[in-house]
Amino acid sequence: MDDACAEDKEMIREFLIESDENLSRLDLDLVALEKSPLDVDLLGSIFRTIHTIKGACGFLAFSTLEGITHQAESLLSQLRDGKRDLTPEIVSLILETVDATRKVLASIETSGTEGSFEFEDLIHKLRVAAEATSEIKTRPALELHVADAANRSEAESQLDSNAALLRQDQQAEEDRRVAERRIRDRRDDETAQHSAAVDSNIRVGVELLDKLMDLVGELVLTRNQILQFNTDREDPALNATSQRLNLITTELQEGVMKTRMQPIGMVWNKLPRVVRDISVGLGKQIQLRMDGAETELDRTIIEAIKDPLMHLVRNCCDHGIESPAARTHAGKSPQGVLTLRAYHEGGQVNIEVGDDGAGINVARVKQKAIEKGLLRPEQVEKLGDREALSLIFEPGFSTAQSVTNISGRGVGMDVVKSHIEKIGGVVDLHSRLGEGTTVKIRIPLTLAIIPGLVIISGGERFVIPQVSLLELIRIEADSGGKHIEYVHGTPVYRRRGSLLPITYLNQVLGLKSADGAAALNMVVLQAEDRQFGLVVDGIYDTQEIVVKPLGKQLKGLTLYAGATIMGDGRVALILDVLGIGQRSGVFGELRESARVVDKHKAQSTMEQQRLLLFRSGSFERLAVPLSLVARLEEFSRSDIEHAGGGKVVQYRDRILPLVSLQAILEPGTPDQGLHADPVQVVVFNDGDISVGMVVDQILDVTEEAVTVRQRSGRKGLLGSAVIGNRVTDFLDLHLVLRESKESWSSSADEHTRGKTVLVADASAFSRGMIRGGLDMAGYSVLEAANLDEVIRKLECHTIDVVVTALELPPDGSTALVAALRSRPELAKIPILALVESFDQNQAAFAQTAGFQDCQEKFDGLLVLESVTRLVSPQTAVEATPECMSCAG
Amino acid sequence: MTNDLPGTKAPTLPMSGQFSTFFVGDLFFGVDVVHVQEVLRSQHMTSVPQAPDVIEGLINLRGQIVTAIDMRRRLLLPPPSADHLTSMNMVVRTADGAVSLLVDEIGDVLDMDPSTYEPPPDNLATGARDLIRGVYKLKDRLLLVLDEERTVDLTAGRTA
Repeated sequence: MDDACAEDKEMIREFLIESDENLSRLDLDLVALEKSPLDVDLLGSIFRTIHTIKGACGFLAFSTLEGITHQAESLLSQLRDGKRDLTPEIVSLILETVDATRKVLASIETSGTEGSFEFEDLIHKLRVAAEATSEIKTRPALELHVADAANRSEAESQLDSNAALLRQDQQAEEDRRVAERRIRDRRDDETAQHSAAVDSNIRVGVELLDKLMDLVGELVLTRNQILQFNTDREDPALNATSQRLNLITTELQEGVMKTRMQPIGMVWNKLPRVVRDISVGLGKQIQLRMDGAETELDRTIIEAIKDPLMHLVRNCCDHGIESPAARTHAGKSPQGVLTLRAYHEGGQVNIEVGDDGAGINVARVKQKAIEKGLLRPEQVEKLGDREALSLIFEPGFSTAQSVTNISGRGVGMDVVKSHIEKIGGVVDLHSRLGEGTTVKIRIPLTLAIIPGLVIISGGERFVIPQVSLLELIRIEADSGGKHIEYVHGTPVYRRRGSLLPITYLNQVLGLKSADGAAALNMVVLQAEDRQFGLVVDGIYDTQEIVVKPLGKQLKGLTLYAGATIMGDGRVALILDVLGIGQRSGVFGELRESARVVDKHKAQSTMEQQRLLLFRSGSFERLAVPLSLVARLEEFSRSDIEHAGGGKVVQYRDRILPLVSLQAILEPGTPDQGLHADPVQVVVFNDGDISVGMVVDQILDVTEEAVTVRQRSGRKGLLGSAVIGNRVTDFLDLHLVLRESKESWSSSADEHTRGKTVLVADASAFSRGMIRGGLDMAGYSVLEAANLDEVIRKLECHTIDVVVTALELPPDGSTALVAALRSRPELAKIPILALVESFDQNQAAFAQTAGFQDCQEKFDGLLVLESVTRLVSPQTAVEATPECMSCAG
Repeated sequence: MTNDLPGTKAPTLPMSGQFSTFFVGDLFFGVDVVHVQEVLRSQHMTSVPQAPDVIEGLINLRGQIVTAIDMRRRLLLPPPSADHLTSMNMVVRTADGAVSLLVDEIGDVLDMDPSTYEPPPDNLATGARDLIRGVYKLKDRLLLVLDEERTVDLTAGRTA
């Protein structure tokens, strides 16, 4: 009994695999058939496929499936026998059958039953189509009827010709039958050959192949170890053996990789059907050309590019290729061409998806960018065409005039890009207005074994994937000071005239640097389309490494992409370049909108800096870097209101506090800036906070190479330089901003205004509760849901108190304490722990864990009191009575 | 986390009755032998910068990369005294693959009498309470049955 059952299962499995292959072919055949409806060969093949499935269903007692396929078969047999002409409706009907069949097969695969689908409608349609015999070959009669109304005698001659036509039809049918017989004979031969091919092929489970790939990975590692071992000793026999091992391993690796290779046609097979459905749906004529379907890729990559590719094709059909009328109007053939190309190049695979459609209107892209608030008008003006085009990859960007159900919902190209980049690929876009758009994707052949650069930092080895690597730079000690410069406290490096932001791996990872290094080693990396320099302690060499995933406990760390085993058998971490960039802040906060512009600026201004020049009080010429300025505004004096004891204006749905520069630089003098009308304001953004600085007059924006000639001892000024032949003072914006915040806030409520509290809790509800009280008390409140967010916020904002739930993900708030205390710049920030309710154990824990205070989460008043106590520095670090009580 | 009281876990206690035992500080722990993959002497450890502090590092276990969790820190115990620095790796199988638990000392495999089993006492130290399935009362001491799944799930049972 069990045997029979197992046999059944095996049979069903075979049936599923075979049917799946058959159905894929059916899709292709049907689309091809629509183009050449008289291809008997194709019709025969389609008929046989359906017939095979029907037969198997009958045998395996899948009655629903049998019912559908039976109806489709009778319709097809009429087609095959020439009793009926192929119409798009019939093709659609059969395609619908294929879809229904797939659905049922999927259900059989997952549940073993046909599921409870209702296909009455489809079966009915199929039956009606098959039974509509009156329509069959009625063309001559119809014409006769029409002619009858017009002219009798002509009708008679028409009748003659109809008879001839009918004879021709019969003749054609006869020919067709002969041809079919011939084809059938040929088919039999092919079947014989085919079965020979079957004998030399076996089906192998993907699981087994994956396992083999893992083992080969192990072997590669062991080989690396043996090779390293070998270099340490002088044994000719060992030498020869390890050389041989090396060769065999490489060959085996290639061989196993090949077994996992699949032609890209596997994915493309689905596209003709997709393109057909879309073009029918949109009333467009689209021809699909595919070049290089046989190009092979690792199956994991095939899997990964499926969706992006589908999306690109949909995009081309939907937005790229115009309607036939528009094409004719533009002097193009009404039929649009969608081209897919795949080819190998330099160890990578290139895939191109292109259309000969309308192309992308750069002007509209720019306009859209402004509408969507991605860029400001003045930023957009500076963009080149290529840069503007790359905006399409920004999240939330879609230029489609109308949102269709095919594409254009604003999730699109950015997702495509991130998918491709996730597997180490690159996306490139070319478009010419009126001529078409081509998206080019470059992806690696495989993911399991990748080349990587081994570097050393803080005494540990790390691997950087080669795909992210642009170049290596070594800065000798004697020129070191000159090469790394600081812009507003941020290290940068002048690389061929443009500034490259720099970060130190030791700092990002919190490792100790080796002191007194003779030279600096820098690795220039690229993540997405941003570049940065990563300073490391040492650079080893490149190696083929096997990427292994990290355990679940480390999944939350975005710094690492995985780990690998080195030649000496030890584990080394693989750096996630994007994660490192984000963690270190080299990408900046406003990265999404600023980066295109930054790139542009870096190219055009070279080593010069753009400066904003203005006048304030007795300072005739002051300057700040333009890059720090958010906007220049003029406000009417009547717009200035008073709130919280300071001057504010309503600005972009927010309240913008105003500070007078003169009041800061020359306290006690009559303020000219605030008495002018309109009032000239320079707006700065510092994190979430905007501040408007009132000046007397905006003078100019200049582009000058700046060398500070003389440092200034005066508060609020950095120094003086000669700009445009005149001595100019550089404003210390940082100090001014800080002063301004305090001055504006202190007049309001010296305990709360301008103080920022970070609320860390996994629950948005809890955060909201805690925030409510703090907001009302006048604190600026930031929220974070987990440790990573806390750290990020701390790096970007000046935060006075951290309020955290004890159970902060991922590892509880002790990790937060540890993280803060390990950084000198954050170590002094007081932390208030919130517990659900007091209990001895928790309280004891909170005290020993290094929190400054501990309160019940939902006791708003006590929380507020505690925060207020903690923001005033003199009491912050000392244990408070409450904390003692919660310890007790 | 808080409503899933350790006491309620008693019915799911594995019934093999055999436990691999080990020491962390003064505590005597047992893990069901079924879940123990192997026991290793101290291995070369690759530290993971910026990782949660309970993660001591990564070890290479015959080509498999295994995360090592410092049990003292996991249980919020003080660091070991200077004469007790060598840790042993107790590699346990969990739903998320093998994880190594760094413990002070490895004990024997013991057969336990189910009648001596009790749910964990309520006044157990904060750090340990959520990670313990129950307690076996031996003649001279108590054997704490470690819940290895919760132990390697760093989001569980850390604080409350």
